[in-house]
Amino acid sequence: MLKVDGVSTHIGKIKILHEIYFQVEKGQIVSIIGANGAGKSTLLNTLAGLYRPTSGTITLENDVISGYPANKVVEKGLSLVPEGRQIFSNLTVKENLLLGMFSKYYKEKKLAEENLTKILDMFPSLKKHLKNLGGNLSGGEQQMLAIGRGLMSNPKIILLDEPSMGLAPKIVYEILDTLMIIKEDLGTMVILVEQNVKAALKVCDQAYVIDQGRIIINGTRDEISSNPQVISAYLGIKSAGA
Amino acid sequence: MELLMQYIVTGLTVGSIYALLAIGFVTVYNITGILNFAQGEFAMIGALTCITFVNAGLPMYASIIFAILISATIGLIVERTAILHARNTSVIILIIITIGVSTFLKGMGLIIWGTNPKQLTPLIKMEPIHFMGAVINPQSIFIFIVLLILLAVLYVFFEKTYIGSALRACEKNPRAAKLMGINPSTMSALAFTLAAALGAIAGILITPITDATYEMGFLIGVKGFVGMVIGGMHSIPGAVAGALLVGLLETFSGGFISTFYSDAITFLVLILVLFFKPNGIFARASGERV
Repeated sequence: MLKVDGVSTHIGKIKILHEIYFQVEKGQIVSIIGANGAGKSTLLNTLAGLYRPTSGTITLENDVISGYPANKVVEKGLSLVPEGRQIFSNLTVKENLLLGMFSKYYKEKKLAEENLTKILDMFPSLKKHLKNLGGNLSGGEQQMLAIGRGLMSNPKIILLDEPSMGLAPKIVYEILDTLMIIKEDLGTMVILVEQNVKAALKVCDQAYVIDQGRIIINGTRDEISSNPQVISAYLGIKSAGA
Repeated sequence: MELLMQYIVTGLTVGSIYALLAIGFVTVYNITGILNFAQGEFAMIGALTCITFVNAGLPMYASIIFAILISATIGLIVERTAILHARNTSVIILIIITIGVSTFLKGMGLIIWGTNPKQLTPLIKMEPIHFMGAVINPQSIFIFIVLLILLAVLYVFFEKTYIGSALRACEKNPRAAKLMGINPSTMSALAFTLAAALGAIAGILITPITDATYEMGFLIGVKGFVGMVIGGMHSIPGAVAGALLVGLLETFSGGFISTFYSDAITFLVLILVLFFKPNGIFARASGERV
């Protein structure tokens, strides 16, 4: 279980996140939705250790992970697939994937090979590109590579920052399908940050709506999907009263 | 014709030395964003420690290995003490710190070894070779071969090993590399150590030809830097080509114009390159799929 307990984050002097509380239970996909600039990416980057929270704690299965740098947080079992994919374009697909388990590679080379096979079974379209440079893949393939790379370290929880960005709807649904596989087959917890609210609400168990750095609404998928405020503000459908 | 051949040989010899320093510059710059102006001092440290060991009675090859190891360790210490603690400040401050380190190391060199030039016997004791009218010092051939071997080794290290791929990842996208669990600070330490070792090799190689002094590092360091800039800052092959070009430029301008102006001419070319091709003459256009 991931527990976020009163986390605030400042960037420079500006307070971006205001005392965020939420949790992800084992076997759950949690969506965080919100408009541009609401603080979604800051929240994920704080969880991953790229920003140090100015207050509050983050615990992953009884292990406090807040206050550690990003390279340590990965070792503790939290993996972030960053916004814009951030593939190492100068490295081959195989090198990209293997770097995903940097902290364990030298100790467990066999595990690296096993994980590589597992990831390639999950994303068969990457197989034919193993020796190609990551930068030469299509957008959808790059996103799969980024997710695959994030899974290489066998994380307890994987965070995805806008995986649908710039992708064709068909590919967005393929990626959402793989999230279900990650949840069900690997048992990995998932936090999905999306502007594509409709897509996010299709796969998640719980959802949190974030606005100006605060969580303003939370609930199960059905509660959120039927919340009039969410419907009018994020799903673009006029509510009955308007 | 003989003269031309002679200039080419000499130019490639000094160019190879500059190239070794330029590789060190590129490695540190790519991985940390820092221009390490202390790079040349490692040539001095390498050369003078090697001479000290030889004079103490150690065999030549052991002295060379120890000298490289000591220089690499000093490179690591410099990174851990002077650079690491200032890591979160701006790059310009870090660059100025390296200038400070350079002055410090030069001062230490002066205290330890004094001002007198010191000699090192050549590694290969052979008569000079006559080739197409030029007289080739066997040490020159040796320098060139070492450069080629090191390039091959570095190619394998960067392109074919796992840690090499981590270094390249760090170069391309340090933030994403951090998310993979790669510690940028470890990679920075590795880069400084590697660069210091390369500097030491360059210093040891040039000493049989020019002798070693506590202040030898500055000029070859600057020339290595010029080679790197001409070659395009980012790639090792570009930097090597740039450095060889600087070597050739120097001997040709020294031979045909005047040795008095050869440094000035080298820097003039640098300025021209920066005017007309600021990305370096060997830089390729690069694009990224978004």
